[in-house]
Amino acid sequence: MTTATNPALGSIEDIRSAIARGATTAAALAERCLALIADEDARIHAYLSVDRERALAQAAHIDDLHAKGEALPRLAGVPLGIKDVLTVEGMPATAGSKILEGYQPPYTATAVQRLAEAGAVFLGKLNCDEFAMGSSNENSAYGPVHNPHDVTRVPGGSSGGSAAAVAAGMAVAALGTDTGGSIRQPASFCGVVGVLPTYGRVSRYGLIAFASSLDRIGPFTVNVRDAAAVLGVMAGYDPMDATSSPLPVPDYTADLDRGVAGMKLGVPREYFAEGLDSEVRGAIEAGIERLRAAGAEIRPISLPHTRYAIPTYYVIATAEASANLARFDGVRYGLRAPQSVTLAAMYRRTRDLGFGAEVKRRILLGTYVLSHGYYDAYYRKAQQVRRLLTEDFLAAFREVDAIVTPTAPSPAFRIGEKSNDPVSMYLADIYTVTASLAGICGVSVPCGQSSEGLPIGMQILGRHFDEGTVFRVGHALEQAVAQQAGREAA
Amino acid sequence: MPDAERVSLEDVRRVAELANLELTPDEEPRMRRDLNAILDYVAQLGELETANVPPMAQVSEALAQAGEVASEKLSALREDTTRPCLDRRRVLVAAPETDGVYFKVPKVIER
Repeated sequence: MTTATNPALGSIEDIRSAIARGATTAAALAERCLALIADEDARIHAYLSVDRERALAQAAHIDDLHAKGEALPRLAGVPLGIKDVLTVEGMPATAGSKILEGYQPPYTATAVQRLAEAGAVFLGKLNCDEFAMGSSNENSAYGPVHNPHDVTRVPGGSSGGSAAAVAAGMAVAALGTDTGGSIRQPASFCGVVGVLPTYGRVSRYGLIAFASSLDRIGPFTVNVRDAAAVLGVMAGYDPMDATSSPLPVPDYTADLDRGVAGMKLGVPREYFAEGLDSEVRGAIEAGIERLRAAGAEIRPISLPHTRYAIPTYYVIATAEASANLARFDGVRYGLRAPQSVTLAAMYRRTRDLGFGAEVKRRILLGTYVLSHGYYDAYYRKAQQVRRLLTEDFLAAFREVDAIVTPTAPSPAFRIGEKSNDPVSMYLADIYTVTASLAGICGVSVPCGQSSEGLPIGMQILGRHFDEGTVFRVGHALEQAVAQQAGREAA
Repeated sequence: MPDAERVSLEDVRRVAELANLELTPDEEPRMRRDLNAILDYVAQLGELETANVPPMAQVSEALAQAGEVASEKLSALREDTTRPCLDRRRVLVAAPETDGVYFKVPKVIER
């Protein structure tokens, strides 16, 4: 078993100050990560491509700034991995799919660009489910990712490579994307922090689209402070994404230490019903008690439409996916089926060769629910229920400041365990899709372990654009869990 | 509705054609089984009375309608002015086949 953090690398602030006082260099840190990837990643398979040259050039730039005595940017020298659904000019972007094998996008995603400008060092692109469709990373056309805590188990998905890379110390931070839980669930399975920013908080420009009304980009880190620092750099208005919000971006690290005293935290009864693993329940209830002991007021609440979230999500997400994935047709990028005589045959054969089974399943489902005669019964109905689910949260947030739940119904399951049953796989997202549909923000923070040593994450959900509160609760939980672990070790 | 009824093999073929997907003969029954299983699960949405619920397509629109956040703070369209686009050569270099100016594709009209 690999330890869940790499203390040799330290936090983002440690890295910046170590470079600033000359205790280390960005180049040395990058080399250390690249060496770890070379040693460890054969068992984990988190990286789809490694860009040694770029990483060392970015690191050299930081070391150069230091040598000249200039101020170091916020993420100076932070070794970072990027989920392979985000574009970076000059790096491959496969989206975990054969249909984009060999593709090099001609532009860089805004969130990635901002990290580069803040001094981050890009190690490479991270494995994920094909087009971010999956909850286990078993749908990657390039092979599954293995959970660093137990390599016979999945890391979660779809951002499984991002979560596993951070958990195994092969990056200090990683970018993932979350459409129905794809950051929070793998964060829970791998024992790291994963952030779902509010819809509109981070520009989606340069994110290969799955479901545009749901897709978000967020960071994975080993602790909440690092997550707050990375999100602060990525967030903010971008003219290239009309759904990005012009609201100012606060300093998310400023209030972390204010604690939870007097804060009202809601515990929705629907998230503790049938289907919740008893060890997960125990860990989350213990975590809630720690937050109570830290001064939070715990209130039982109800989010009455919760049980309708998974079917709503799978109609809306697949409908949007069927439209978004129409662009992969062998004309402008990636794969083209050879020797097709007509254009129509070329489209079909390219998509047949290029897409895996889950992607085809979702395109078919999405096309079906949008097709003549079914639109009202499925798609319109799901959009109506989406509003009810959103109103559940808006009403709850009039009573409480944040909501705490399990992130996933179980710890990491075994590779192959659910891969033949789509509905059972979709239920892995049962606690995460609600926030996706409502557009609210959230974070998954490690909260304990199962008897087999598998990580368990607590999901903390907050109001739209209230990431600061979510980070405060997450930081308080993290400290309480660390204190408990310290007492047990003593 | 029993799952045998909901999606037929014919439906699978029709939807595959709409989606420009070619399915192999052994993929068709598998997709039919999976679509039926998923749609049976989705059918529970029918329990909810939604006649007076407006559909929600976007988060920002729903927030503005609920009066939670002013709409101008949720999203903003950029100025409608011309700007340079991506360089043609850098875009075309990623394509399977071009003539240096346009994308090339197989014959469009069959005869």
